[in-house]
Order: sequence, then structure tokens, then C-alpha cells
Amino acid sequence: MKDDVELTREDRVANLKGMGCARKRVEDARFTQGKGNYIDDINLPGMLHGDFVRSPYAHAKVLSINTEAAMALDGVIAVLTAKDLEPLSLHWMPTLAGDKQMVLADGKVLFQGQEVAFVVATDRYIAADAVELVEVEYEDLPVITDPFEALKSDIVLREDLAGQTSGAHGPRKHHNHIFTWEVGDEEATNQVMDEAEVVAEETMYYHRTHPCPLETCGSVASMDKVNGKLTVYGTFQAPHVVRTVASLLSGIEEHNIRVISPDIGGGFGNKVGVYPGYVCSIVASIVTGVPVKWVEDRMENLMSTAFARDYWMKGRISATKDGKITGLHCHVTADHGAFDACADPTKFPAGFMSVCTGSYDIPVAYLGVDGVYTNKAPGGVSYRCSFRVTEAVYFIERMIEVLAIELNMDAAELRRINFIGKDQFPYQSALGWEYDSGDYHTAWDKALKAVDYEGLRREQSERVTAFKQGETRSLMGIGLAFFTEIVGAGPVKNCDILGMGMFDSCEIRIHPTGSAIARLGTISQGQGHATTFAQILASEIGIPADSITIEEGDTDTAPYGLGTYGSRSTPVAGAATAMAGRKIRAKAQMIAAYLLEVHDDDVEFDVDRFVVKGAPERFKTMAEVAYAAYNQAIPGIEPGLEAVSYYDPPNMTYPFGAYVCVMDIDVDTGVPTIRRFYALDDCGTRINPMVIEGQIHGGLTEALAVALGQEIAYDDMGNVKTGTLMDFFLPTAWEVPNYETDHTVTPSPHHPIGAKGVGESPHVGGVPCFSNAVMDAFRAFGLRHSNMPHDHWRIWQTAQDLGLHK
Amino acid sequence: MPEKLHIKLNVNGKSEEFLAEPRELLIHTLRERLRVTGPHIGCDSSHCGACTVTLNGKSVKSCTMFIGQANGAEITTIEGLGTPDALHVLQESFREHHGLQCGFCTPGMITRAAKLLEENPSPSEEEVRFGMAGNICRCTGYQNIVKSILAAASEMNAAKEAAE
Repeated sequence: MKDDVELTREDRVANLKGMGCARKRVEDARFTQGKGNYIDDINLPGMLHGDFVRSPYAHAKVLSINTEAAMALDGVIAVLTAKDLEPLSLHWMPTLAGDKQMVLADGKVLFQGQEVAFVVATDRYIAADAVELVEVEYEDLPVITDPFEALKSDIVLREDLAGQTSGAHGPRKHHNHIFTWEVGDEEATNQVMDEAEVVAEETMYYHRTHPCPLETCGSVASMDKVNGKLTVYGTFQAPHVVRTVASLLSGIEEHNIRVISPDIGGGFGNKVGVYPGYVCSIVASIVTGVPVKWVEDRMENLMSTAFARDYWMKGRISATKDGKITGLHCHVTADHGAFDACADPTKFPAGFMSVCTGSYDIPVAYLGVDGVYTNKAPGGVSYRCSFRVTEAVYFIERMIEVLAIELNMDAAELRRINFIGKDQFPYQSALGWEYDSGDYHTAWDKALKAVDYEGLRREQSERVTAFKQGETRSLMGIGLAFFTEIVGAGPVKNCDILGMGMFDSCEIRIHPTGSAIARLGTISQGQGHATTFAQILASEIGIPADSITIEEGDTDTAPYGLGTYGSRSTPVAGAATAMAGRKIRAKAQMIAAYLLEVHDDDVEFDVDRFVVKGAPERFKTMAEVAYAAYNQAIPGIEPGLEAVSYYDPPNMTYPFGAYVCVMDIDVDTGVPTIRRFYALDDCGTRINPMVIEGQIHGGLTEALAVALGQEIAYDDMGNVKTGTLMDFFLPTAWEVPNYETDHTVTPSPHHPIGAKGVGESPHVGGVPCFSNAVMDAFRAFGLRHSNMPHDHWRIWQTAQDLGLHK
Repeated sequence: MPEKLHIKLNVNGKSEEFLAEPRELLIHTLRERLRVTGPHIGCDSSHCGACTVTLNGKSVKSCTMFIGQANGAEITTIEGLGTPDALHVLQESFREHHGLQCGFCTPGMITRAAKLLEENPSPSEEEVRFGMAGNICRCTGYQNIVKSILAAASEMNAAKEAAE
């Protein structure tokens, strides 16, 4: 089976298309030909369609629900209400944050768009007609949309929690209070602040927004009553978790439930949570005995499934006169909406907000977070970030800018003198994290040089002069951001969701002819796992990536894993893939040694083969070994070549990056034009540079959206003002610039291949970078801080408030 | 219930004939009645363009067109642009230049791009960005989509020149 023509070692490496190769994606063939298989493409025989009756009120008693007229409509099979779910104990469900949430309105509604009844009909048009025929009588109640008001109000939002002075995360101070979470040493921090030469304070609101993947959420449940098997297809970022939760809730044994995530049309955190629609489609299928589909429309998506952010952050930062930071104090009032449905690891009710000391060596810090109920949709998911890291990085990158203003210092220099030094890694942060590796000064210097930072500042200063002299109506902003992320949850000892430890997994089977299939506990939503995980494996086991199939998302075949979110796929499942590959290699080495008639220790792995040490002409390729593994009796070795690895990471990984945005702002219209955006990312070892670059472009664009206009806004009555794509800003090709990408490589010391994860970095670093550019444009005119989103109107308003209009 | 309409369509070169309620949306006709599932539903309000098809020579968002309005039309979807053995240049180009990630917008994106290049075979970057502004992508940030379309335009023009 040897090649006729002997290839060079270089050729053999290239043939693998392994680590570092800009391999074209294997997913693209089906997607470019319209042959993807997304949730709404699933069409099972006899399938029914479900649709929700939703509350028009943000807070109201439900006095009665009359389903008679709806049931009378031809084609309507069932109308489920909380009363129907109650005997099954499914009218409420547990949330991922240890709270509970109504599946269907149980006596009252708590946010506009809340699920009240579930209609099941033979087609989606009849279901929609029937929704209109369900008569619900409401008695409206006073609405609270402001968390500060909620904490003072006599109005009780959650009567079901009456008298409970303690929740999933400790004591509750008020009937609308959820939890207090504290990290760090407040007394010591206050003392440092009291004694500091300089203290800068700022309050900022990180507005509510939404991940809004292009495909909305949905599920198709199919109860096979003959065999007692339930199959659930759905837009699940964590299919195994869904299976376990479905088993616990329904009482169906876990081996009788099969959960399948088909192709997913983007997730960005929206598809981590468990939603009433999933539960109702399952119950409806159990009740009717036929498959039931539920797919939300865009308005339902924006109104009811998984908002992100909504953090009111109050910060104090202290420093010496020459800019050395001495302490950081942060308090957050977190608006969680009607139910605490955040998707965070159990021990972290505010996610990893405690990474808010950022990339800086800050000796003392304190973080306190108070979670609050309001009459807004539940959620609090990590929108393209690892558990509130976007909030944390926005906070510290704003505090740095504010401190620079206070000190009258250059913000780039202030960052530089406070960075954690290269020799300080592994670095223990004041709020309890151990940063694995970093080289911030090198990255920062490279970024500033690439954009000619000093030249930009000169140009900006000339522009300010010209503006003051009436020669231009345009200002120039230079946005800076340096971020450190914390991604890749596990470790199991710290991180679990509903008690399930956050490891991940990979199982590999090598076929006799030297190709392979690997299955993982994660699920791609566009990240290209089928392409990149095959590359990791190709380099580990010497089988070309093109000969390796990657499969995810079917709980009947994939090993248990906690899914894809928080940039955890590469740090955790990617590590499992490498480790499982190494198990394959270990067995293959023994087989190769037998075939070569030498001792195990006398062969070594080289690219795609095992070579006798010192005699490179004597070798067996991995393909030859695979064939022998199945077809040759080898004493002391079982037939077959497969392996599985469950990987519990020893630590999280800490990707970082340096971003610079140059923006021109028309003072009279408030329109910002992005002239240049430079993004340097360090995600450790790079698996596929093409895929990395694509992730950076996409994450920056989502950051642009959030910073410059995207918002879920409510009026005082709790009406959602941004429920369609007419009002909810998604940038088009017209608004988005071309980005310049760059990198440094600082591998993670504890990850088997040194990779750190990259998909969320651009969002985390991008939001403060775009925002800082807007505010930097007005720094010379006295602006200290203004809240996002910086849409045209708000920028115009900022200019107006500063007296810049004629 | 209003009387059903007698509808005739040609979809990707195939004649279709059926009775449908006047309110049936073209996207549902394609996806559910005819099982042509390349076009997707992203927003229900003609903003996102995931449902884009070519109808009588024009790019149309099929989520907001009633089937009655489409009666007699000739429709091309992503499925009609190329075959697995003979892909459209844009289908190749999107893969080559990483112009897609989750793939949900891709059928509408490529269908629109194909029409754009018919309307303007040698667009500037600005013209591509303007001409594609009715199609939203949440994953790529557009940079590689624009690159894919410009590369396809060059390739198609070179092929045309070679043929002449």
C-alpha cells in the first residue's frame, strides 16, 4: 500500500491538511447548493404545527382562557394551557440559572410576548388562525421595567416566590431581588480608594440586546408510542443537556430519548436556553402521538427567547498620579427580566463578570452584582461571549478611558503601563482567576505601530483645531481596546450547568482502509467544526483531514458533551479530540512495532507513519496499521482501532487581543464612518487561519451592531419597541467596513495543542473599541462617557449636549 | 374561506400546477408544498433576504409575496442555479473565499448575487455592497461575501472573453 512515488516529508505534511492549513470547508458543498438541513426543513409524516397565543401585556392577571372557538376550527387538534400541563408538572420548568419559569401562563403573565396557550393544528396557517380565536381575559397590573424601581416597589412580580428569603444564589433582599454575588475584598478595595491619589468614577448602562441568529429557534418532537422512543430535533447548542433535562422533566428514561441538532443557522447564545416552545412541542407530540413542529417567527424570537446584557454598572478605579492602577470597584444591577433564565455555570450567577480587572495588574478589586426581576423577557445569555465577558471587558475598557481623562493621559500609554507583564504568567487576578499565558506588551506595540498611532493622534489634534476654526464639521475618533477573555469552561470542579460538569468529549473510529469518523459532544452553528476538528486529528494521527468525517449533534451516536457556546469547543472538545487521537496513536505504535518486528520504543511517529528509529526507510503508514488492526491477529492486542476521550480542562484559556478603530463623525448628522479597523488577535495555536479570520470579521460586525445601534428597547408599559428587523439593527454589507486582521501566537500552556478559542474575541473586544472611538472623538470637547448604542440620533444628541451645533 | 386559486408555476425548469388559498405565501409554496427548501425564512418582513428567489427575471423576497401574485411566474431558486456536477461560479467562489459560515443566508445571498452579476457584470466593491444590502448575514461580516462575488465576476468575465 506504499505510494509508488516517494513523497517528501513536506508533501506528506501538506497532504494531511492538518493544523495551520487554510483548508476549505467541507460544510460548504451542501450550504451553497441549498441542501442544508435546518430545523424548519424537517418534515415528518403526519407532522402537526404548533403556535403560541402570547400576552399583549407586560404584567397582568389571566382571568380566563376560552379555547372553544379555536377548537371548533377545522384542522385544530389541541389547544394546551397551563391547566393541561399541570397534571404532568410541566406548567413550570427549571431554568438554567436555578430559577423556574412558566411554560404557559399560570394565572398571570410577566412580560409582553409571554407564552399563554399552545395551539396544535394540521398546518401553520390553521394554527395561526386558531391563535386569533383563543379568547384570553386579562386584568392588567402595574408594570416595572426599571430594576432600580423594582427594588423599591411594593409590587410583587413573582408571587410564586413569596416568603422565600433565599434563592439559588443566596439571600434575597427584597421581593423583586434575585441574588447578590460578591467577589474580592470590598473593605481592602475601599481603603485603597480612600487613600488613592486619583479616583475616577463612572456609571454606565450596557443596554439590553439580542443575539438574533438568522435562523430563529424551533423544534420538532416525535413520540413513537409503539417503541416508547421520543426523538426531538431542535436548534440546540447543547443537545446532550437537552436530553438529560427532557428525561428529568418527562420521566422518560434517557436511553429512550434521542436529541438531534441538525444544521443550525447561527446561535450566538440564543440557542443555549430551554424554551417553552421546546417543552410544548414535546408534550403535544406525547399527547397526539404524532410529530409536532414549533418554529418561532422573528418577532417571537426578539420578544421572548434569550436577550443579552442589560447591566447597570457603577465603577470606581484608583491610581497613582503617574497612572499606576491601585484598585477597582464595580457594582452591577443586573436586570434579568421576569424569570432568571441566564445561561451561566451554576456557581457564577453573573457569569465571568469577575474577569473585569481585564488585562491589567490590579492588586485589589471588588465586584458585587445584584440580580433583579422586572416585567421584561427572561434570558441573560452570553451573546457571542463567554458568560458576561463582554460586559466585563466593556466595563474595564471604559474605566481605563475615564481614568485617562481624569489623569489627562494618553489612553494607550495608560494601558501599557498597567498591563500584566509577560513574566507574570500564570497570573493570579485579584478576583480569583489564573490567567494561563499572555504577552500583552508585544501585541499592543505591534498594533499601535501597524496603525501609526502617533500619526493618528497628530491628525486628530489637527482636526480638532480645524473644527474649532470652523474649517470642518467632522471629528475623528480613535477607539482603543485591549481585551482578555476567559473561555473554555470547565474545569468540572468549578463549572457545571444544572449539576452537569462542563467537560467535553471525542470518540474516534479508524476504518480498515485508513479513513476515520470522529464524533464530538459539541455542535457547530457555523463555526466549521467538520473542517477544523478533522485538521486537529489529521495532525495527531496522520490520516488526511479529507479522509476524516466529523459528526456532531446526535445524542444516540455522539459521546456526552456540554455543547458549543462560550468559545468552549476548541479549548475543551478540541483538547478531547487531540487526546483521543493520542490514544489511537499509542495503540497504533504497538501494532506498527509488531509489523516492523521491533520493540515499541524503537518506532516513532512521523507525520503519517511509524518509522524505525535510525532507519527511516523502514516504516508502516497509519493506513497500513489500520488495516492490520482489523485483519491481522496480533498477540496481546485486541482487534480494532478506536478511542474515546472525555476531557476535563485543568483551567480555562485566556485569549487576548488589541484593537484599534479610526472613525470620522459628522457632527451635524451624527453619522459615524469607520475609516479603519485593525484587529490583532492572539488565540494561541491557530488551527485554520481562514476560519479564524472569518470568525473575526463576523464577531466585529456583531460588535459594530451592538455598539452603534442594536437594542431591545421597552416603553414604560413594557411594550417591546424593537420587535422586527425594521427596528432592530442588523448591519448590512453597506454599513460594514473591511477589517484588517493580524495576530500574535502565545499558546496555552495547559491545552494539548495550545489552542485557546477565538470565535467570541472579536465581539468582546469590538464593542468597547467601536464605542471608545465614538467617545474619543468628543474627548477634546469635554465628553467623559455616554451610553451605547451610539446610533446616529444619540451621537447627534451627544454633540448637541456638548454645544457643538451652530 | 375564499375560493382556492388555480396556480401554475415554473420552478427551476419544472412545471407545477395546484390549487392554493390566495393567502399562501410563495416561500411556503416553495418550501412546504414543493419541498424546495433552499430558500429560508429569516424575518417574515422582507428585511433579511434569506428567502430571495429570482422571479420573472427579478430578485424577489418570497416571504412577502402571495402565491396569487406569483401565478404564472418563472422562478429560480438556489437549487436551479447549479448542479453538484456543474456548480454555478458563485457556488464555487463562496466556498473558495469563505463567504459563508452557518449557511442559512447563503442560498438567498448567492441567488441575489447571481442576479446582481446579470444586472451588472463588472461591479465595483461599492456596487456589490449596495446591491447586496437587501441580504443580511449574521456570521461573516460580509467582507468575504463581497470578495466571493467580485472574484466570481472576474472569473465569469474571463470565461466570457475566452469564449468570444
